[in-house]
Amino acid sequence: MKAIGIILAGGNNEKLDALTSNRAAAAMPIGGCYRALDFTLSNMSNSGVNKVSVITQYNSRSLHDHLSSAKWWNLGRKYGGLFVFSPYLSNNNSFWFRGTADAIYQNLSYLTRSNEPYVIIAPGNSIYKMDYEEALDFHIENQADITIVSKKLYEENLHEYGVMQVDENNRLIDFEEKPIEPQSNLVSLGIYIISRTLLINLLESILPQGRYNLVEDIIIRYRKKLKIMSYEFNGYWKNINCVKSYFDANMDFLNKDIRYMFTKKYPFIETKPKDEPPTKYNVGAKIKDSLIGIGSILNGYVEHSVLFNKVYTGENTSIKNSIIMNKSYIGNNCIVENAILDKEVILSDGKKIIGTCEKPIIISKSTVV
Amino acid sequence: MRRKEIIAMLLAGGQGSRLGILSKTKAKPAVSFGGKYRIIDFPLSNCVNSGIDTVGILTQYQPLILNRHIGIGIPWDLDRPNGGVTILAPHLKGTQGEWYSGTANAIYQNISYIDSYNPEYVLIISGDHIYKMDYSKMLEFHKEKKCDATIAVLEVGWDEAKRFGIMNADESGKIYEFEEKPQNPKSNLASMGIYIFTWDKLRNNLINDNKIHNDSDFGKHIIPLMLNENQKIYAYRFNSYWKDVGTIESYWNANMELIKTLPSFNLYEDFWKIYTQTDHQTPQYISNTADVNTCIISEGCEVYGRVYNCVLGYNVVVEEGTFLKDSIIMENTVIKKNCSIERCIIDENSFVGENTKIGVGENIINKLEPKIYNTGISVIGENTFIPENITIGKNCVVSGKTTSNDYINNNLCSGESLIIKGASL
Repeated sequence: MKAIGIILAGGNNEKLDALTSNRAAAAMPIGGCYRALDFTLSNMSNSGVNKVSVITQYNSRSLHDHLSSAKWWNLGRKYGGLFVFSPYLSNNNSFWFRGTADAIYQNLSYLTRSNEPYVIIAPGNSIYKMDYEEALDFHIENQADITIVSKKLYEENLHEYGVMQVDENNRLIDFEEKPIEPQSNLVSLGIYIISRTLLINLLESILPQGRYNLVEDIIIRYRKKLKIMSYEFNGYWKNINCVKSYFDANMDFLNKDIRYMFTKKYPFIETKPKDEPPTKYNVGAKIKDSLIGIGSILNGYVEHSVLFNKVYTGENTSIKNSIIMNKSYIGNNCIVENAILDKEVILSDGKKIIGTCEKPIIISKSTVV
Repeated sequence: MRRKEIIAMLLAGGQGSRLGILSKTKAKPAVSFGGKYRIIDFPLSNCVNSGIDTVGILTQYQPLILNRHIGIGIPWDLDRPNGGVTILAPHLKGTQGEWYSGTANAIYQNISYIDSYNPEYVLIISGDHIYKMDYSKMLEFHKEKKCDATIAVLEVGWDEAKRFGIMNADESGKIYEFEEKPQNPKSNLASMGIYIFTWDKLRNNLINDNKIHNDSDFGKHIIPLMLNENQKIYAYRFNSYWKDVGTIESYWNANMELIKTLPSFNLYEDFWKIYTQTDHQTPQYISNTADVNTCIISEGCEVYGRVYNCVLGYNVVVEEGTFLKDSIIMENTVIKKNCSIERCIIDENSFVGENTKIGVGENIINKLEPKIYNTGISVIGENTFIPENITIGKNCVVSGKTTSNDYINNNLCSGESLIIKGASL
């Protein structure tokens, strides 16, 4: 592969509410057994990228835990492999990453010490399956300076994205970050392909001017000067940036086509194995249209829900339209509807947790109710 | 290389012939168990959980699936620069080679492997049994008694005792006599085939016995030889779950025990995990049309049918309208729509077409292998294809890519066998 990878997993998002008070958005549990970062990391590995760095910042503990070994993503390599960068103190620098460009600039040696001609930059909190090699071929064929992977969105809130206008050859004409009046429905997925030397040059010229962001200070500022191309991605894609998109992304796994695309079709999404025993369905268990994690013990009713690893549900308990994360314990005679139970939540017998479809109720990590 | 206090030698070459078609293309330790595991995962995880980081795995019979499963030992954290897991297959020495002709002979042929770690003690275990045991406690016992060998024993019922190797020990636990399958047992302490030896003692015994027996065996030769020479052997009592899943019935029973609400063998303890190789972590999905209870189900399964009292392995698909009861379905098997399957074991990577029924009719013992298939359980071998609209009886065996022409009126009566020889055989 002619490219190295950079995954930006530092972002925090206040719209994810209590769910990210202790974890980065990239560490959000998805689809019964994954974390959000697994998707981009597996995409890198499956596209043949042998050298990948993950840049973390906020609440990075759970991410570091998840990335304690690189072998699960086939990145436990002598040459290349997985690099995890966090902000650190040194004599002449005591900054946190001041922006996405700064985060890469502070780890510039990762770029200067590599030989691969291209760099693929991607966010760590998107759920999708993509072969970056095809995008790289497009980039090379079009002799682009930068290629942005984009997607046409139809029903989303376009003003939350970077909206692109392109000409008939897919060359970028204009780019507006979170515009009030979007001029098109083509949005940037935050995935960029750029030559390594060009990226180094751009970073070295903008950083001394106090410019720290990839989008504002490179894409928007250089949109006329550089040849920036749009590569349209047509597959399933979801960004985890608010409670609703998090909830929807999990529920999307109940859709057979989407689930099969991730779990049954090669190449696969890999994650750190959990070594839990098979899930146990006891006498009173009644499960409808639900995704169940491994190592769970179920005694009650579950409908249209996503349960992660090692969940326990008691007798006569009913769970509907909810997300229950790892190691949560739900006692007997409980009712859980339209809720997100974070990890290790304990509900004693007879408790009711009921939210609404529009606004699921969130019970934060390790709460005892 | 740093000296290891103890290393383990895991005997995984056994065929397990009474498991019939299940162990036809894989050694018994590689047979699936409890949904997502293979039998060898239990002793191997015990080693790791007991702090033993060097394990030699002796293979012989049909090692392909076993070798692939073990790999470089990643799931057990046995991928290590010093020690870790090593597959030890019989090999040529000079111009001639030798198979492993007995349990002790297999160790004898690998003396140089053990010597390379210069261990004080060697643990000998087999890859055939389901149990959780802390070998480090047994080692403490061995050191405390300052003995030459320690043998783990299990109290069995007196009526069963004549099926085992029986240890006759005095009150302190010192063994004075060993009887293999005695008609009139004097004790009910059965050997579990788990030994700790002081390595220099065992090393001499192996070399000496090899001069006499060329099929040297621990139970038959080494233990009697040590007793003859008054070497110190102690019995280490174990009193928890231990199962030899040697027959179709005991295999089926041991699997079915796991699905009880309070199983006698608990897989759900955090402090003694059983590790295994799974291709990928994937969630399991239970659909609107499904009804599942009293089951254990592994990663990646997709259930659209009704499943009761079953053990489903990794990535099994049960389609709509299908009824499954009292059965064990192993990894990557697909069961199409509207099937009805009862008391059946279906091995890995098999396919059952629509409207097929298995386990119907009279309980007639298998005609070809009456000693193996006789409890009403039908067994479908790995990589088997069963077309649609077939009816299969009880105690049947089906293996290979079958077509409807292989059946008489789409029917295979109870007690019949249908084994298609594939190109690979």
